[in-house]
This record gives sequence, C-alpha cells and structure tokens, in this order.
Amino acid sequence: MWRNTEETYGLIAVLLHWLVAAVVIGLFALGLWMVELTYYDTWYRRAPDLHKGVGVMLLLALLLRVGWRLINPMPRPEPGPPLEQRIAVLMHALLYLLPFLVIASGYLISTADGRPLDVFGLFSIPATLTGLPSQADLAGDIHLVLAIALVSLAGVHALAALKHHFIDRDATLLRMLGRRSARS
Amino acid sequence: MMMRKRLTALSLAAALTLPGLAMAEDYVIDTEGGHAFIQFRIPHLGYSWLYGRFNDFSGRFSYDEDTPSEANIEVTIKTASVDSNHAERDKHLRDKDFLDVSQYPEATFKSTSFTPKDDGTAVLKGDLTLRGITKPVTIAVTEIGAGQDSWGGYRRGFQGTTRFALKDFGIERNLGPASRDVEMILSIEGIRQD
Repeated sequence: MWRNTEETYGLIAVLLHWLVAAVVIGLFALGLWMVELTYYDTWYRRAPDLHKGVGVMLLLALLLRVGWRLINPMPRPEPGPPLEQRIAVLMHALLYLLPFLVIASGYLISTADGRPLDVFGLFSIPATLTGLPSQADLAGDIHLVLAIALVSLAGVHALAALKHHFIDRDATLLRMLGRRSARS
Repeated sequence: MMMRKRLTALSLAAALTLPGLAMAEDYVIDTEGGHAFIQFRIPHLGYSWLYGRFNDFSGRFSYDEDTPSEANIEVTIKTASVDSNHAERDKHLRDKDFLDVSQYPEATFKSTSFTPKDDGTAVLKGDLTLRGITKPVTIAVTEIGAGQDSWGGYRRGFQGTTRFALKDFGIERNLGPASRDVEMILSIEGIRQD
C-alpha cells in the first residue's frame, strides 16, 4: 500500500506527487502576486517570507520524493507509441529537474548580498555564492523564466494525463490517484 | 636687445597675473581611489533614515581659486550600481518602479553656475538627468579643503547636499507621505591634472 509496485504507485509516491504539484502552483501564484504588492500592503513583507519558507520546505519534499523513487520499483508504463514513451521520459526528467533549478535561482536572489535565507524564523540557510555581477537581477530573471517553464510543462503534463484517461482510456491517471487496480 | 627684454618682462607679467590661463585647474574625481561618494537618504516610514549610494560613477570638475565663479562640474552615474546594503531592495530599486536601469543606465549632472559665498560655502546649480528626465537642481556646497597629497598630487574636495521629489523624475511609486523627497549627499575629491 505504501510502496510502489510494478502495477501502480504506492500511497507515499501519490501523496508526494500531489503535494509537490499543489505547492509548485501555489508558489507560482504567490510569487507573481507578491511582486505586484505596494509598500503599504500588509503582505508586502509576509508574502515573500512565506514564499521563501515554503520554497525551502518544497526542496525537502523534492529530496524525499527523489529518494523515495530511487528505493521503489517504478510501475510499468502503459503501452503507447515509442515516440510518446520517449517524450514522457523527457517530460518527467524536466519536471524533476526544473523545481530544483527554480529553488536554486530563488535562493541566489535572496542571498546575493550574503544575508542568510530565513525559514519561518525556525532556522536559516546561509548564503554561499554571493556578490556575482548583478547576481540578484540575473537570478531573478532566471527564477521567473524557469518557473514559467515549469508551470507550463506541468500544464502539458496534466493535459497528457487527461489524454491518457479520456482518449487512450488507460490507467495512467488512475494510478497516480492511488487506485489499487489498473483499469483494463 | 631692449625690445627682447621688454617682451620677456611682458610675458612674465602676463604669466603672473593670469595664472588661470597659464594653468587650467582641471580635476578628475578620484573614484579610482574611492575618495568620492554619491549617497542618498530617504525617510523610512518617517521613523528613520535609509541610506544608499551609487558605487560606479565618474566625473571631472574645474576650479580656479582666482576665478571660482567659473568653476564647473560634470558627473556621470551608472544607475545599476545602486547599493542600499540589501540585495532584494537594490534589485527592486533597479527595476521599472524606481531607477529603471535597463532603460536608463546613466544619470548625469552638468553644472550651469557656481556662486561662491564668503564663508566657504557656495551654491551650485545644474541640470540633473535621471530616468531620461532633465531638471535643474540646486546644490548647497561646502568647500572642504585643498592641497598637496603625499604622493606627488594636488587634491581638492567639496561636500554638497540637495533634495528633490522622486516624482519630479518620474518615480511615481508611493513610499508614503514621509518619503516623497530624497536627499543627496555628495562628497567629491578631485585630483588636479597637471
């Protein structure tokens, strides 16, 4: 039940998948919203603090997710054209990689002048790379572009899942919803 | 013989009475040695002063002690070098809400008049160009000092202050009623170009 099998995903993998999905979309919306706030908005300071703290939490969840994937079997892919299979592998690789890059670039904005990154006042992550030429600006541009890329790819990923469910009528989506038995 | 002597005396007299013509007192602002500062301060919420500076600028001035009213100065500031000791704030200051440095990478000041007073202060007027908008500003100047340095050069320094509204230069961002004006604190040392 907890672990993956050859047929379907276990509960841990399913929960981590949807948790990461929800947090990524939430952080994307929060990030776009917070940069438009004006100086006298109550959330002018709270929203970035929340964005940074949740971002670090997301990093921990991602590490857990990758670790869990490494010590679990992967369900067999549903049958499909070889090209689609290859695109799926590439898409999944990007969806694993991009969140790490988005988080790293965000970290480089906040720590550009050597300030540590505070996580809800509980602990802080020290700065490492600092003082690169226009570090905060470059890291900011990269952070935004990669975040847009990530959310766009996640959208395509979701459409592909719906295509599997409604057109191919296979178990791809159901497996990720924790259904024990694949439909046939 | 007589003629030559007279000419020599004449040119000697000219050289003595017109030192300004004989020797142009041009100075380069010592940004290389870090003896010049373009700083600003603005109230934070009305509760404290926030200080910042521009790290990258260059300029020159000329100043002659015999004809100080002909003094003039030109300074060019790289706006992207704004530094308020906070990377996230500086990033915001560089973007469109404030300095818009990708659109306006340089700010300049060119003096139009210099009026010395008897007490070692002076009034410097000139055109400040910021975010592509040029407006006259008046800078209250204090002459700090001048003289030989220990390394074979001659230096002269001034301090200046001025203030203007952010709005005057197209910065419409609302920072609150206490923070509409910014003060500039300019500390300039020049090395004479002999």
